[in-house]
Amino acid sequence: MQHDSGGYWRATLGLLTRILIIWFLVSFGAGILFADLLNGIKLGGYPLGFWFAHQGSMYVFIVLIFYYAKKMGDIDRQFDVHED
Amino acid sequence: MELQTTIYLVVGLSFALYIGIAIWARAGSTSEFYAAGGQVPPVMNGMATAADWMSAASFISMAGLISNMGYGGGLFLMGWTGGYVLLAMLLAPYLRKFGKFTVPQFIGDRFYSKSASTVAVICLLTASITYIIGQMTGVGVAFSRFLGVSSDVGIYVGMGIVFLYAVFGGMKGITYTQVAQYIVLIIAYTIPAIFISLQLTGMPIPQLGLGSDMAGTDVSLLARLDQVVTDLGFGKYTTTTAGSTLNMFVYTMSLMIGTAGLPHVIMRFFTVPSVAAARSSAGWALVFIAILYTTAPAVAAMARMNLHGTVNTAVAKSGDLFATEASIKAEDRPDWMKRWEKTGLLKFEDKNGDGRIQYYNDATKNADAKAKADAAGWKGNELTVNADIIVLANPEIALLPNWVIALVAAGGLAAALSTAAGLLMAISAAVSHDLIKGVFAPNISEKSELLAGKISMAVAIVISGYLGLNPPGFAAGTVALAFGIAASSLFPAIMMGIFSKKMNKEGAMAGMLAGLFVTLFYVFAHKGIFFIKGTDFLPLIGGANSFFGITPEAFGAIGALVNFAVAFAVDKVTKEPPEHIQHMVEAVRIPRGSKAVDGAH
Repeated sequence: MQHDSGGYWRATLGLLTRILIIWFLVSFGAGILFADLLNGIKLGGYPLGFWFAHQGSMYVFIVLIFYYAKKMGDIDRQFDVHED
Repeated sequence: MELQTTIYLVVGLSFALYIGIAIWARAGSTSEFYAAGGQVPPVMNGMATAADWMSAASFISMAGLISNMGYGGGLFLMGWTGGYVLLAMLLAPYLRKFGKFTVPQFIGDRFYSKSASTVAVICLLTASITYIIGQMTGVGVAFSRFLGVSSDVGIYVGMGIVFLYAVFGGMKGITYTQVAQYIVLIIAYTIPAIFISLQLTGMPIPQLGLGSDMAGTDVSLLARLDQVVTDLGFGKYTTTTAGSTLNMFVYTMSLMIGTAGLPHVIMRFFTVPSVAAARSSAGWALVFIAILYTTAPAVAAMARMNLHGTVNTAVAKSGDLFATEASIKAEDRPDWMKRWEKTGLLKFEDKNGDGRIQYYNDATKNADAKAKADAAGWKGNELTVNADIIVLANPEIALLPNWVIALVAAGGLAAALSTAAGLLMAISAAVSHDLIKGVFAPNISEKSELLAGKISMAVAIVISGYLGLNPPGFAAGTVALAFGIAASSLFPAIMMGIFSKKMNKEGAMAGMLAGLFVTLFYVFAHKGIFFIKGTDFLPLIGGANSFFGITPEAFGAIGALVNFAVAFAVDKVTKEPPEHIQHMVEAVRIPRGSKAVDGAH
């Protein structure tokens, strides 16, 4: 338990940064910039770069939001700013 | 049962359901009208958000677009889902904590300025009205294709239905109807996809079917599709990008930012009971959206395969695609093709007069494909297929029973109606709450404001219906504009309002106007000033896509960058926001103390 609005905001921004890096890597990275490279690898019948653009990035997005919701809940409680 | 009767029955039942919900969920207070009383559970709000978000374009057009574009079509999939990550983390929980009814109200309060709120209202109205035209024409199209009535009658019926539940129910009625509409549209979308995936690959889950082998062979569906389309002179399905890689990158970014900044989507997060619920609700929304969005690429690729397979028998047997016997005889073409020819969405023209249908890319740069086509005596592509057919005719192409076709009709209507209702809600709230109560009549009573809300909703329905009946020539280009405006003006302003304590009203307003102006300038340079033909001014900017080859549809992200840059530059040289505003930002950042949304100014 600590009252520290600066600390709370730093923890929040840290979490956001980590999530946005993954968000960027799966869509813009694997799905676009490195798609050609990854297409050499096969996931079942899918070339991997194509899979990220047409399927994979969306699954990762869902996981990211729920991960964010859970972690933010933890941060809220850690800094004692959660809702009642 | 006759196909027509079945369609009437299924669509009629779905409409009866929506009206029933409307009667049950009448709105009695402004809080219920604008924010469904702030008591919608997160999963249900997620479902309503999904229906709100997935428009006629998502349901009818998207799979067809991807089918034509191949890999490059992934920009719609990533762009329109990735925006929810931004929305969930950067905007929704904070706006929910702020606890007011509308997006302009946040901008007006945060930037302590009526002018800022008015700029936001203008951006909101332009984005929402351009968007709604597409929904109304979508309703008309779905009616005329499936119910055999004219498109005009379809729009009148659609207006009537939306009027019933949106005007009386407000956000409360809209929310619960959207939940029902989501269920109708998702069943309608997935059932044909499951059947088709089974037929082609023996795998009932379309998302896995797309990565499976063709039934009875050891060649994967995508590999076979790549081979067929490249042999016929088209770009390779799994690698063809949309323009340059840079353009695809920027386009995807624009759709993501635009999605996060669309007011009718943001508003949905004012209806949940808490900040924590706003966070998880965005996740649920994306789950429900992704069910359709991950199915769409499977529908796209499989429909492409089926289409080629229908007119060229060598596709299935992996024989010579250019053999005379491989192209089917025109007189033997299936009934569904004849049916869709009547609508003009599918055209066949026997250019070489051999009585057979040749479907290939006659403008190909692939010398091998061109040589083979010439040698086979092909004199140009003979089949043109409108992208919208891919989903609408899908059940017919796969020879599915009538009730599935009826379901697709009801699904398309549900998609268009639910989005139209969400947009109407955003428009009506902006007019009655931000303009009438916020600017012209601050002392209006709750009862009068509720009435004003209902009247502005009714007026918005009539205007959007009129625009749907008389679509301005520019209708097709406008959805891109809606995303461009949301991305370049609203998203950066809201984000800076939360993440920069020191951002002041001068910076925010200069940023919004600069982002908006740059985006409109680039779009109008390509498409004409306010889309009026002949007023485009491409030479002035140095030709089409002159900005690093970026297309006007993809420009929103650049507009957003300009917005951020201008805002911070102006902010540096003007005085910082008053103390109490900085405290307000601090309060918005933490969940503690959140309460039900209300409209107090």
